[in-house]
Amino acid sequence: MSNNQPVDKERRVWMIACGAAGGVAAAATGTAFLTSMAPSERAKAAGAPVELDISGMQPGDMKTVEWRGKPVWVVRRDEQMLESLPSLNDQLADPNSERSPDALTPEYARNIHRSIKPEYLVAVGICSHLGCSPSARFAAGPQPSLPDDWKGGFFCPCHGSTFDLAGRVYAGKPAPDNLEVPPHKYLSDTKLLIGVDENQA
Amino acid sequence: MAADKKVETTGVLGWIDQRFPLTSTYKAHLSEYYAPKNFNFWYFFGSLALLVLVIQIVTGIFLVMHYKPDAAKAFQSVEYIMRDVPWGWLVRYMHSTGASMFFVVVYMHMMRGLMYGSYRKPRELIWIFGVAIFLCLMAEAFFGYLLPWGQMSYWGAQVIVNLFSAIPVIGPDLAIWIRGDYVVSDATLNRFFSFHVIAIPLVLLGLVAAHLVALHEVGSNNPDGVEIKEKKDANGKPLDGIPFHPYYTVHDILGVGVFLMVFSAIVFFAPEMGGYFLEYNNFIPADPLKTPAHIAPVWYFTPFYSILRAITFPFLGLDAKFWGVVAMGGAVVILFFLPWLDKSPVKSIRYRPTLHKWIYAIFLVNFIVLGYLGVKPPSDIGQVVSQLGTLYYFLFFLAMPWWSKLGAFKPVPDRVVFQPH
Repeated sequence: MSNNQPVDKERRVWMIACGAAGGVAAAATGTAFLTSMAPSERAKAAGAPVELDISGMQPGDMKTVEWRGKPVWVVRRDEQMLESLPSLNDQLADPNSERSPDALTPEYARNIHRSIKPEYLVAVGICSHLGCSPSARFAAGPQPSLPDDWKGGFFCPCHGSTFDLAGRVYAGKPAPDNLEVPPHKYLSDTKLLIGVDENQA
Repeated sequence: MAADKKVETTGVLGWIDQRFPLTSTYKAHLSEYYAPKNFNFWYFFGSLALLVLVIQIVTGIFLVMHYKPDAAKAFQSVEYIMRDVPWGWLVRYMHSTGASMFFVVVYMHMMRGLMYGSYRKPRELIWIFGVAIFLCLMAEAFFGYLLPWGQMSYWGAQVIVNLFSAIPVIGPDLAIWIRGDYVVSDATLNRFFSFHVIAIPLVLLGLVAAHLVALHEVGSNNPDGVEIKEKKDANGKPLDGIPFHPYYTVHDILGVGVFLMVFSAIVFFAPEMGGYFLEYNNFIPADPLKTPAHIAPVWYFTPFYSILRAITFPFLGLDAKFWGVVAMGGAVVILFFLPWLDKSPVKSIRYRPTLHKWIYAIFLVNFIVLGYLGVKPPSDIGQVVSQLGTLYYFLFFLAMPWWSKLGAFKPVPDRVVFQPH
């Protein structure tokens, strides 16, 4: 066929229609493949709450449990640790847990110690920067990678973010947010349930 | 029956040439591909990159015969390859050393392009395909690094996948989609295995082919940055060109020999390279509850990692985290625009003003300093230095349209400068 012949308009319409229909079919099939990469039903189902016995914990102790594949820390803070919290407010990015409170801080933890009972901190041990697990640096005072007036808290080895003993992030660090406080509740004085709280029970 | 196609060859070769462009392809890309005769040391690295690609593919094929992409078995299967598979340790060390050497060779190759203006018109597409190959290599290295399922594998993947969660609005869901789970898990390992052994290598091979076809279409640049195709003899052959085969094939065998000596020395005597090629923490199985006390990426990512860490302040109402990711991504993406940022009237650094040589030298030192800081734990002084380094890195490119025109340029010769050995 020579290119000088006039375009057959009817054929052209059918060609465009076929092309569009083929495109829709290709996009629909492509969506199935892309969606296959989302979390499977099994991955979605895994996430049962975990129970933790805190009866043996002394002031200054820390326990780590796995919940939804992430470390959850339970720290029993002593008097001195709790007293340090209010004095740090002006060095922190979000001292009153006001940033995305629904995702990070349940209502019962929106206080200076970010917990139900002042002594016990329950927090997901994943840095809000890029997901490393910070390490506990409870001892106060000068030490490598930390400021000289360090009051104790957590230090993320990946990018140097620091958190106080209530999981509140220091200002001017790569991490934007405080550590997440997971939904949790006390089943008794010594039994803690992580993963559900009174609102979801 | 159709008439036979006219070909110069006879016999079996003639039979093939009537049906497949064998002789003409051989001539176009090897025996009659004219390359400038003044190639120097820096011109070994292109063919060496091809050699390392072959090493990686061959060793990779044999590793897959024994490796198990399963979170419960992956770490053990790598140890099994190292201890129980006959010669498995050699294949695995060749693959892990090959990964690092790939970046050594490619960084040298890119530096050559930078020095001699090999990305300038008409070679923009060669450069763009090359940067795309560099991106593929980074993806390949990243996906591959999760497979041994050690501590650095796990936490490295955790950090890099979380980079995507910094994107506003869609970020967190995007990170979940990439992982296929809420945390780095078996699902993540399986898909990274798929990307590492099939998806990225296919793209990589296509890009390498495009890189070479584009190169052979316009011809190679050279250390003088003059076009050899502008001066041809009576037969239309470039006066300063020599056929790639046999001249440069034999020449490159020397490079291959020296390279394999270095490569073997590393494989046999220092496969871990003091923790830089194989990080010590990766000999500990992945533990989702505990990040190693010091995590750093493998050395070839550290300059970009330093740029990521350098951004510690929010801007335009968006987190520092987001801008860190933008800076790190931008540091690679900006390379694509290099052909249009450089406005210098000459290509090669040989004929550029001294000022330019200083700017390039500082860029090189700066890149190495950023790389050094990236393997070190975070510190206050390191942060300031990496911020200055990041600033210089971007100014080098963004201000190039202006500084590349400054200074007194030396006259470029008509023909290449060549002293016979």
